[in-house]
Amino acid sequence: MSDELKTPLLDELEKGPWPSFIKDLKSMADRPMVKDLLGQLEKSYRDKRGYWKHGGLVGIMGYGGGVIGRYSAIPEDFPGVSHFHTVRVNQPSGWFYTSEALNEIMDIWDEHGSGLTNMHGSTGDMVLLGTTTQELEPIFRELTAKDWDLGGSGSDLRTPSCCIGPARCQNACYDTLALTYNITHKYQDELHRPMFNYKYKIKMSGCPNDCTAAMARSDMAIIGIWKDDIQIDQSAIAEYVDSGFNIQEYVIEKCPTKCITLEGKELKIDNSDCLKCVHCINVLPKALSPGKERGAAIALGGKAPIVEGALFATLIVPFIEIDEENGFEEVHDLLERIWEFWDEHGMNRERIGEFIERVTLKTFLEGIGVEPMPQQITQPRDNPYIFYEEYYEEETE
Amino acid sequence: MSFELNGKSYETDDDGYLINLEDWNEDVAKYIAQQEGVEMTDAHWEVVNFLRDYYSEYKIAPMIKILIKEMKKMFGPEKGSNAYLYQLYPAGPALQACKIAGLPKPTGCV
Repeated sequence: MSDELKTPLLDELEKGPWPSFIKDLKSMADRPMVKDLLGQLEKSYRDKRGYWKHGGLVGIMGYGGGVIGRYSAIPEDFPGVSHFHTVRVNQPSGWFYTSEALNEIMDIWDEHGSGLTNMHGSTGDMVLLGTTTQELEPIFRELTAKDWDLGGSGSDLRTPSCCIGPARCQNACYDTLALTYNITHKYQDELHRPMFNYKYKIKMSGCPNDCTAAMARSDMAIIGIWKDDIQIDQSAIAEYVDSGFNIQEYVIEKCPTKCITLEGKELKIDNSDCLKCVHCINVLPKALSPGKERGAAIALGGKAPIVEGALFATLIVPFIEIDEENGFEEVHDLLERIWEFWDEHGMNRERIGEFIERVTLKTFLEGIGVEPMPQQITQPRDNPYIFYEEYYEEETE
Repeated sequence: MSFELNGKSYETDDDGYLINLEDWNEDVAKYIAQQEGVEMTDAHWEVVNFLRDYYSEYKIAPMIKILIKEMKKMFGPEKGSNAYLYQLYPAGPALQACKIAGLPKPTGCV
């Protein structure tokens, strides 16, 4: 390769008004690792094939996860990326950093890695892109000396993540940051030492807006919810009306169950019909807020289309106490029952959503000791082939 | 890649796993363990022997959860845990114990 890096195909990706990762990479192309990364990528585009070898086994002593091995298939052409391992660093709850903390990470990464990062991976970790095997232990040593830790990878509990929660959002129905912190610490063994059938992701969103997209992206979505009535500040409703805001068009007509009415300047909600979609609360933040009896709903099985197709999470527990004073015991208890049943009966590389589909919801609920409830199904009795035990018992009497 | 031991040459892949599984013997295991910085004790051999027995019967390395369950059955609950296996093999049972047992490289994922 000549010293002058020519990348006509990659250059195409710099065109247009959008941010470009090529631009970012080029700004660091004086580093041999980044230069060879660009070179190999250009060659990949030209030859229409990837030049990364499949996986590779690298890790940190004592941990089974946290580092993903990546090797170039053509290291003789691009020696800078002969090793290009990824390091996942456990992010703080809600991604709150001081600039000092970010500098700490980048000082370590500039010294021992490529300097390239991905903030953040879809699991939530900080993703440090590109280092060599011999740098892994020094990186780990320096990170942990400053109280950082690696995240999960492989068939383990992946780094739990959450929305900004009560730190910055008035809709949070429970402390997502505290629960994430608690679960991360309680399940260190599960996080660092892969022993599950496959990955297990937990995401915590403080309200049904689900800012972490937990329903679509996590095996276990813990979504903040309330049991009682939406709180209404009628004087704030009157202010909305006086300001000319069209509550009829933007709120009442958008309500999926049409359970809201406006009489003069008074808003009424038939809470027995409310689906808790939080649209009205989003549009009228000064007047409406979630009820006072707060907790979370738990849905299982969300995943992206790897191995089997994509799945959206399915509701398993409509309401669970999120009790910090009690050490979040209810959540731990449920989580451990789910893991035990999945571990015992799940297959290799079978996500919890696929597992539930295979063994059926009925068997799964029995296995984890959760009562069947109307909230777990979309419509009542639309499938005549699903029966619960009580049904058989009645029939045989 | 390859290494020499007692006048015989052994072929390995890039990560140090034996290419020819029939090449394995206890001396080879001890040599690989030494390269890994692992000192083989009776407890280490329990794991390696189980892995070899399992592999010769099923032609595949056991899943970690099966390894843990079988260890628990055979040697008691204190040896049937992931933490125990990592104490013996700090780089992990899949990475290190399988390599020392002369099994093919386990396929993992990111």
